[in-house]
Amino acid sequence: MAWRNIWRNPRRTILTISAVAFASILLVFMLSFQFGSYDAMINSSVKIQTGHLQIQAKGYQDKQSIQRVVPHPDEVGEIVNSLPEVDAYTFRAKAFSLVSSKERTYGVVVTGIDPAGEAEVSTLKNSIRRGRYLSQDDQNRESPQALVGKLLARNLRVGLGDELTVLGQGRDGSIAATVVKIKGIYSSGLDAFDRNAIHIPLKLFQDIYSMQGAVHQVVVVAKSLKDVSEIKKTVSAGIKNIDKKHFLTVLDWEALMPGLRQAIEMDLVSGVIYYLILIMVVAFSILNTFLMAIFERTQEFGVLMAIGTSPGRLTRLLLIESLSMTMIGIITGVVIGCLVTGYFQIHGIDISGASELLSQYGISGRLHPKLSLLSATSGPAVVLMITFLAALYPALKVRGLKPVEALTYV
Amino acid sequence: MHIVECVDINKTYHQGKVEVRALKGVSLAFEKGSFVALAGPSGSGKTTLLNIIGGLDLADSGRVVVDGNAFDKMNRSQRADLRLNKVGFVFQSYNLIPVLSALENVEFVMLLQGLPPAERRKRAKDILDEVGLEDMYDRRPAELSGGQQQRVAVARAIVSNPSIVLADEPTANLDSSTGKGLLEIMKQMNEKKNVTFIFSTHDNMVMDYADRVIYLRDGMVADDRVKR
Amino acid sequence: MYLQMAWRNIWRNPRRTTIILLAIIIGVWNMIFLGALTRGMEAGMIKNGISTLTGNIQIHHKDYRTDPVVENSMADPGAMEAAIERILPRGARWAGRVRVNAIASNARNSSGVTLVGIDPEREAQVSFIGQAVEQGRYLMPKDMYGIVVGKTLLDKFGTKIGHKLVLMSQDMDREISSRAFRIVGVYRAEMAATEKEFVFVTLPAAQQMLKIDKGISEISIILPDQQDNRRTASALKDEFFDDTYEINTWRELLPILNAYLKLSDGFMLIWYLVVFIAMGFGIVNTTLMAVFERMREFGLLKALGMKPWWIIREVLLESVLLLLMGMAIGNILSFLSISALSGSGIDLSSLAAGAEYVGISRILYPAIYVRDVVIANLVVFVLGLVVSTYPAAKAGRFTPVEALAHT
Repeated sequence: MAWRNIWRNPRRTILTISAVAFASILLVFMLSFQFGSYDAMINSSVKIQTGHLQIQAKGYQDKQSIQRVVPHPDEVGEIVNSLPEVDAYTFRAKAFSLVSSKERTYGVVVTGIDPAGEAEVSTLKNSIRRGRYLSQDDQNRESPQALVGKLLARNLRVGLGDELTVLGQGRDGSIAATVVKIKGIYSSGLDAFDRNAIHIPLKLFQDIYSMQGAVHQVVVVAKSLKDVSEIKKTVSAGIKNIDKKHFLTVLDWEALMPGLRQAIEMDLVSGVIYYLILIMVVAFSILNTFLMAIFERTQEFGVLMAIGTSPGRLTRLLLIESLSMTMIGIITGVVIGCLVTGYFQIHGIDISGASELLSQYGISGRLHPKLSLLSATSGPAVVLMITFLAALYPALKVRGLKPVEALTYV
Repeated sequence: MHIVECVDINKTYHQGKVEVRALKGVSLAFEKGSFVALAGPSGSGKTTLLNIIGGLDLADSGRVVVDGNAFDKMNRSQRADLRLNKVGFVFQSYNLIPVLSALENVEFVMLLQGLPPAERRKRAKDILDEVGLEDMYDRRPAELSGGQQQRVAVARAIVSNPSIVLADEPTANLDSSTGKGLLEIMKQMNEKKNVTFIFSTHDNMVMDYADRVIYLRDGMVADDRVKR
Repeated sequence: MYLQMAWRNIWRNPRRTTIILLAIIIGVWNMIFLGALTRGMEAGMIKNGISTLTGNIQIHHKDYRTDPVVENSMADPGAMEAAIERILPRGARWAGRVRVNAIASNARNSSGVTLVGIDPEREAQVSFIGQAVEQGRYLMPKDMYGIVVGKTLLDKFGTKIGHKLVLMSQDMDREISSRAFRIVGVYRAEMAATEKEFVFVTLPAAQQMLKIDKGISEISIILPDQQDNRRTASALKDEFFDDTYEINTWRELLPILNAYLKLSDGFMLIWYLVVFIAMGFGIVNTTLMAVFERMREFGLLKALGMKPWWIIREVLLESVLLLLMGMAIGNILSFLSISALSGSGIDLSSLAAGAEYVGISRILYPAIYVRDVVIANLVVFVLGLVVSTYPAAKAGRFTPVEALAHT
């Protein structure tokens, strides 16, 4: 009976269902989009520099002094390696030094990397634009090689095969100096990265800077974002065993890039506000439908009550009607929303006009919404809740009807 | 000269799969200034005939001429104009625009005709006075009794100086004394202003007031009696 | 009288009208208020961008932007000054600077920085640094060895006011030139990254250290009216038509910000349309219901001789009144809430790092752009009318006979 009542006025019902469906589709798409961007942002940023977690000496994150080291990196590496959730890990060492070409001198961060490990942890290898990546053979001292960022190469006025003089201070205070040849030039999209660093093999770095086998960062990449806190807990526990004097600490990406997490939060919060208000607009839009559907049947209700239907029963009947309409709208909306989102998830949305902007934040020129259970259901769930409230108001009004008045209502 | 002439009017309705022949070859002529009743049981076609004379509906075949204008040759717009200027209507119920006062309802037709506000107002007031509603200018239809509403309707029908006034069972919803009052007023208007009144009714009282009664049955003229 | 009729017709069913009005009001408020917040955020970004040294317009040696070294300085700024004074609109202010990459170090630490040599008095009118010094003091024109650094840099180097800071950079002869400065003041900026990057000395000190005589790296210009950028830039370009110099507006200097702003414009319009669709359903529905309810009345009007076109106009007039009311109240509500917020703004300090990541200030003030308000209102009004034509047309189509027969 509820079903037939809905279709008494097809046009009105269709409009209502469409409104609800529209809101649902929109929310599914937008939320998938937002979540997709967040994940993309996090994973990209993480892959360029920081990894999902790092083990460092305490205080290194704030003051990158060369003395704050992870003294026995292999021990830490073993702990990390034993975890199945870990995808890959590598070691890095860094020092601020002067780098000179024939014409220019700049202060840059010299980074020692393990070529094989680094390739699995970051996108450095893939961002090589000219020349080649470092190989394991480059670890010997005879022919020191280096990777240089595109912007830095330009500023130094050098190209492939040119030599750079490196001059800095080692861990023990002694002078660290060498000459390297440029083997590859990379471009990551992050200006800061391309302008301020050169990469040399780790063993070379440890030699030159008298590191005594230590490194500054153990960089870990997890198989998925969800595993990060698990890994952090386990690694911290494991480290306590080898780190008797509590020199070391484990930092996750949120601690390494605090701004990123909060930026995402900000975006989420503002999005929620926008959407809530939108849903309210939709709710008011369809409130009238619910009201009208009820008021034009006042006489009918009078009859129903006269023959013995309780007000409670009547209210329930009406709620079922309103909710059925809404549910049709929501289900339609979710289905269409998922289809549309799924299509774009595969093909991406091209916003190449803003690609420079996005590459700074580590997102490629195509945006992919990411459909997940959360994104597909949370929006429509809220729509359901709010439209339920909208349907409740008129349904409750029915309770106050007196049969006699209702019967004679014109 | 006949104010209204109907020649061989035929009208058939289609209700779903059923065909209803409402009028079968009806031919009638009406004199100016007459007070005529169309009588007959429900389904006899009197309302249909009234609608056709008033230009609300088009006959399937035949000719209708009102005050020299042939309806069958006109498009909708022209018919609307004719209704505006030449024909007044009084319906059984729902005659008035709910959001307008009695005065405004009467003024409305003149507004459509384009008369200036001052003149509209004056004529409306005058006619309302004539039908005995001097105190009711500002009342909305919801605040008027059935009889008063009908009187406003008559006032409105008359005020634009139409050639004919068509009334579809105007007294059907009124009690007998109120209905009588209404008929009195309509008769007065008819005599004072020489406006032709054509009613459809099955109320004997109405028929008593008429000076010609046309009986319709099954879509055809069964009888046509002139009393005076 | 048509207007009266339309008005009264709207209020026949007060509850229904109120509800749809609420939908429109909330929708309009959403568009304008939230739009103002977004624009406020953008305005903050622009302000940050411009006041953090960029200015409205900058003049450089043509190779400077690709290779910001001391060789690409403008050797004789004096010759340009007269022309600049002539061309700039009244109220514009400008200052010359030396700006090069350098390395700052003390006993404990070294770091790459950007060394900025400024004329303290002129610079104070052109960028943020004049008001930003919180500890110690700002630079004075005669300071040859004083340096002002950012708080974050101070902390990073673990040093204090009065201590030494050595700056090294490449000079005109391609030699490394170094100079020991003493920290005289500490400044705070919107973003920690700014504080870490820029160190300020006086122009003569920088010129002496880098051996560039009277040369400067850039001229930064602040215009009193934000709109004049391109016009003034072209005027300057015409004046210095040999291509020794490059003249850019901030949009060209901060292309990322520029791209973001353009994107934002597009998003805003799309959002307006989305909000409209949400209320559009309600408008159509409500008007349709009202029309169907009055079928007999429309039949009556037609019987009385009202042409269909007039009936359509009447229904549209009712929609217009409804829309105007909703828009008016929505606009007023928006302006009230915006002015309520203009005083204190929205405090984002708890999300300070996030704000910095995105590049906006810590306190968000709403900003009304007249263009946005006009567009929002137009969208609601025009589209509202468009969707109302459907019910209006339906009203005009009722034939009197059908309508009057309808119970």
